[in-house]
Amino acid sequence: MSVIVTDNGFQADDFDGDIVALAEAAEGAVAVELAPDADPQALAGRLPTLQLIAVEFPSFADGRGFTTARQLRLMGFTGRLRARGHVISDQYAMARRSGFDEVEISDDLAARQPETEWKFRADWDRHDYQARLRAG
Amino acid sequence: MYRYNDFDDAFLAKRNAQFRAQVQRRIDESLTEDEFRPLRLMNGLYLQLHAYMLRVAIPYGTLSADQMRQLALIADKFDKGYGHFTTRQNIQYNWPKLPEVPDILDALAEVNLHAIQTSGNTIRNVTADHFAGAAADEIADPRPVAELIRQWSTDHPEFQFLPRKFKIAITGSPNDRAVTRAHDIGLRMVERDGEAGFEVIVGGGLGRTPVVGKVIRDFLPRADLLPYLEAIVSVYNTLGRRDNKYKARIKITVNENGLDAVRDKVEARFNELRPLFKGVDQDLLAQIEAHFAAPGFVARDEAPYELAYANDPVFRSWADTNLAAHKAPGYAIVSISLKAHGQTPGDATSDQMRLMADLAERYGYGELRISHEQNVILPHVHKADLPALHAALKEQDLATANIGLISDIIACPGMDYCALATARSIPVAQQIAERFDALKLEHDIGPLKIKISGCINACGHHHVGHIGILGLDRAGVENYQITLGGDGTEDAVIGQRTGPGFAYDEITDAIERIIRTYLELREDDGEAFLAAYRRLGADPFKAALYPEAAKKNAA
Repeated sequence: MSVIVTDNGFQADDFDGDIVALAEAAEGAVAVELAPDADPQALAGRLPTLQLIAVEFPSFADGRGFTTARQLRLMGFTGRLRARGHVISDQYAMARRSGFDEVEISDDLAARQPETEWKFRADWDRHDYQARLRAG
Repeated sequence: MYRYNDFDDAFLAKRNAQFRAQVQRRIDESLTEDEFRPLRLMNGLYLQLHAYMLRVAIPYGTLSADQMRQLALIADKFDKGYGHFTTRQNIQYNWPKLPEVPDILDALAEVNLHAIQTSGNTIRNVTADHFAGAAADEIADPRPVAELIRQWSTDHPEFQFLPRKFKIAITGSPNDRAVTRAHDIGLRMVERDGEAGFEVIVGGGLGRTPVVGKVIRDFLPRADLLPYLEAIVSVYNTLGRRDNKYKARIKITVNENGLDAVRDKVEARFNELRPLFKGVDQDLLAQIEAHFAAPGFVARDEAPYELAYANDPVFRSWADTNLAAHKAPGYAIVSISLKAHGQTPGDATSDQMRLMADLAERYGYGELRISHEQNVILPHVHKADLPALHAALKEQDLATANIGLISDIIACPGMDYCALATARSIPVAQQIAERFDALKLEHDIGPLKIKISGCINACGHHHVGHIGILGLDRAGVENYQITLGGDGTEDAVIGQRTGPGFAYDEITDAIERIIRTYLELREDDGEAFLAAYRRLGADPFKAALYPEAAKKNAA
């Protein structure tokens, strides 16, 4: 099982479709998972039909997923964007600022880093140099 | 000097509160040591050989007198009364205690300083020409742009977990004092048809694979800087290798993929990112520039300087080596050497820091700089004040006249402090400095850069030393390899290895043989070591270093 983290804290997964690996996704799939080394360009043209994209984080030390999320948003993806795997609460603000809507973590991680630690970073849209440099 | 606004203050207070919580969460184990590691690193905290080490950023090398005093206070209150200035315009404290580090960070915040991204796989402290805003040869002051880059890179959400560390340097002068070609990104401020912009260099670096950076864009309009930087780092974040940390720097990414392929990707990403920057960054830059307005220089009689120069040989010797040309008439740029013969290069005691702060206030508009060569600079001193300044510096052993000479050595901390080091660096630097001081040859030898690293990670920049020394471990014994002909300026060159290395007790003799050879073979005393080496090649120096091999070849 796993826990979904949003600005409101922990919740159960309320997405009821199947999330399938991109390589195995059939033409009409509405939710896909991207491997850490996947090129988001592989989804060009399919974005309007996708409701959810999950980007895999194999390790919290591997920051490729943040760039992948930025890329997907720049390509125009407006659906649900999920960071999935080893993401720690200290990275919650980075994930949100990079374009993710939510983070999916294991129960073990949720037990070790409880909800309060994640909500501590729920004000991710404040104190953000990037927003300041791009506003207007 | 940049002064924080409400946004900067609030950001830093929040950030420090987050780190304080992270320290607490490490102690209560909601963070594993593995998870805490990058978090402490991105806040400047290393685990060294004997203790934690805190690396504090001195953004683009600029400090106010008040900031310098606070660094002294921290040295007294939380450390052993001194600090170590590094080759990347940081100051390191070698003995902080983990529970006290959040308090140190709060003390730094009081004077607009921090330790953010001085370590870890992040965009590091942006370095700049240490003579910025003062040098006679400058096209434009690079510090406002460096401050803009500091703000852009600080806590950048996409770039806190890069494949490896990422260093940016900027110069506004054609004479490159910032070693831009040895950085992941080097920026040189240039003009084309009256328009200000940058030459962008990518993929330089020292370390175990030294590479001179390559030009990825020969002219980037000034307003396009942030989206272009973001494009480079973003492409690197995806493309850089994560399977081998020794192949993870962007220099390897560029070498393996080819400059043209990397450029194509960067330009494509740049075109996506450029519309997101709607000019607000340029408005911010204009505000930042106002903080760096030059002080009100005045016209004064230079007679006190002329008098001291004519009558006091100690002052004259110091003035000849430690002053550089200032853009304003009557002024000089003063380099204060932190390389007193026999001392640890780059170390300053808290008393020395306070004296330098006071002198900056009295004679230099309250400004100080830290150079990548590990010295302190007073950028704006009127010549009339130099005799009094020199006299005051002498009292704290800060008047060593050796800037740019053989004892002005860059040395990494080496095995005395560093967990990575394979050999000692500091004692080698001390021995070389003392040897040539004793021989009274230093001023005769003239301009010469010796750089010493205690392992192949090359923190002492030995690859770009005119004479480079690399300390290695050979079956448990320290062994020092020599490279010759390196150059860190705009004509960057990686030095060439001479041959087998030397033992700890042989290396100073070896350096002396190189110097004797140079003194014997130079055309006249106007031909500096590097010029002579370029004319003569390595052979005469190798013959002096390895007489046995030379004999064999001759036979």
